[in-house]
Amino acid sequence: MGALTRKAAIVGVGESDLGYTPDKTFLQLIAQATNRALDDAGLTKSDIDGLFSAGWLTMESIMVAEYLGIQPTYSDNTLSGGSAFEFHVEHAVAAISVGLCETALICYAETPLSDRKRGMARSFATGAPQEPEEQFEIPYGQWVPIPTYALAAQRHMYQYGTTSTQLAEIAVAARKWASLNPAATMRDPLTIDDVLASPMMSTPLRLRDCCLVSDGGGAVIVTTAERAKNLRKKPVWILGCGESHTHRSISGMPDLTVTPAKFSGERAFRMAGLAPSDIDLLELYDSFTITVLLQLEDLGFCPKGEGGRFVEGQRLAPGGQRPANTSGGGLSCLHTGMFGIFLLIEAARQLRGECGDRQVQKVKTALCNGIGGNLASSGTVILGVD
Amino acid sequence: MTTEYKKPLPYIHSETKAYWEGAKAHELLIRKCRTCGRHHFYPRDLCPSCFSSDVEWIKGSGRGTIYSFTICHRPAPSFEKEVPYNIVLVELEEGVRMMSTVVECSNDDLEIGMAVEVVYDDVTPEVTLPKFRPVGRPARDRT
Repeated sequence: MGALTRKAAIVGVGESDLGYTPDKTFLQLIAQATNRALDDAGLTKSDIDGLFSAGWLTMESIMVAEYLGIQPTYSDNTLSGGSAFEFHVEHAVAAISVGLCETALICYAETPLSDRKRGMARSFATGAPQEPEEQFEIPYGQWVPIPTYALAAQRHMYQYGTTSTQLAEIAVAARKWASLNPAATMRDPLTIDDVLASPMMSTPLRLRDCCLVSDGGGAVIVTTAERAKNLRKKPVWILGCGESHTHRSISGMPDLTVTPAKFSGERAFRMAGLAPSDIDLLELYDSFTITVLLQLEDLGFCPKGEGGRFVEGQRLAPGGQRPANTSGGGLSCLHTGMFGIFLLIEAARQLRGECGDRQVQKVKTALCNGIGGNLASSGTVILGVD
Repeated sequence: MTTEYKKPLPYIHSETKAYWEGAKAHELLIRKCRTCGRHHFYPRDLCPSCFSSDVEWIKGSGRGTIYSFTICHRPAPSFEKEVPYNIVLVELEEGVRMMSTVVECSNDDLEIGMAVEVVYDDVTPEVTLPKFRPVGRPARDRT
């Protein structure tokens, strides 16, 4: 076991109102999610001394602390994109294990759907002029994120013969899970033919290969092993974590078929002393169908290049051999921009057996993997219950 | 071309000025490290492989192959009239990859591994964008 294994646990999780929340700011949603997570844990705000948040505004964690009325002893604003909250878990366990804080709040919310309708959408297409992508990619009509993920999908198809039908299997499996989740946005049946008939976005990715755009937020509370044993819910132990990033711009990605999940996953498995065959449940970042396929390979659930065959026959769906993304994921439940916090929330609930119709049986271990940027960053968190 | 060019233009600064001046002179300049011999792209004043600051500009061959591509059916801002348009990652003979666009080729004919060569699109009096076309096609006036 690694130095950080079972040093801390997730003891509370909560979500804000989800979907479309035009009457609320992201700060209101963060407060809502935080309250629900504290209630889940049986803790109060005054117990929080570590604050971890990620958002697109300058010094966001400082803004969040002011809004919530928290003066943390440890503060972390790591923004690695959708993987940020998996990074935060590792940072929180590290801080807790050396006594820099005792109880950490990881929190986040965004309102891209409402912002779009209000004409206040944050543009993914324009950054600061000094950013290399602005100079060497944007003049060619590049925009983030669909074309960048499409470039990776196209390369994977070329190298390994992966097909659009195989990618569609991932979207269909997500929809089947969403149909079992009352909180999911898209619950109507979806077939492989539906996915293949949906509008082309950026070849080879079609609309149903792409995640939703939603409002919402989440909160996760992490505390010491000692404290975790005496709270409201059973501890969800943090067994292993790892983080990595390999590039920023898609032109700089060393190999378009290999994500940094290869490296974050290796670290997390080594720390946990576990192998992919020990994992009961997968919660993988599904910004796009191809994102899931690449993670399955890079995390070692199938050999490189065999992701397409691996997902055939609805292997990831309810009743499949490898249940994954049980909320319906970013593809069918919701996607607020940085989905990684919802991976942790769903995994914790599954490990505690709280998931009703979509509950996977006999779940003792779960792996969450967040991916951020242009397949740029990856954070892996392996969780378990006694 | 008398119409005003409205698409995004690069912000050119001291570190990359030579690259863009090269493009304007219809040369593709690439950074090469004198210490470890490796090329890199986008151009920096240091070598991201060995961290040497002894990096020179070399004139690239302008030839390469398509490493990956996508046909965008949803546009970037100001590319609305171009849809569907292609974005490619070109692997240059020098071993580095850059983003660009393939011209003088139907989107349907694009494929990974296709040999391409640089052409220069003088989009404004100040800025030239290196683009690529399939090797072996006769030069054609840009329309």
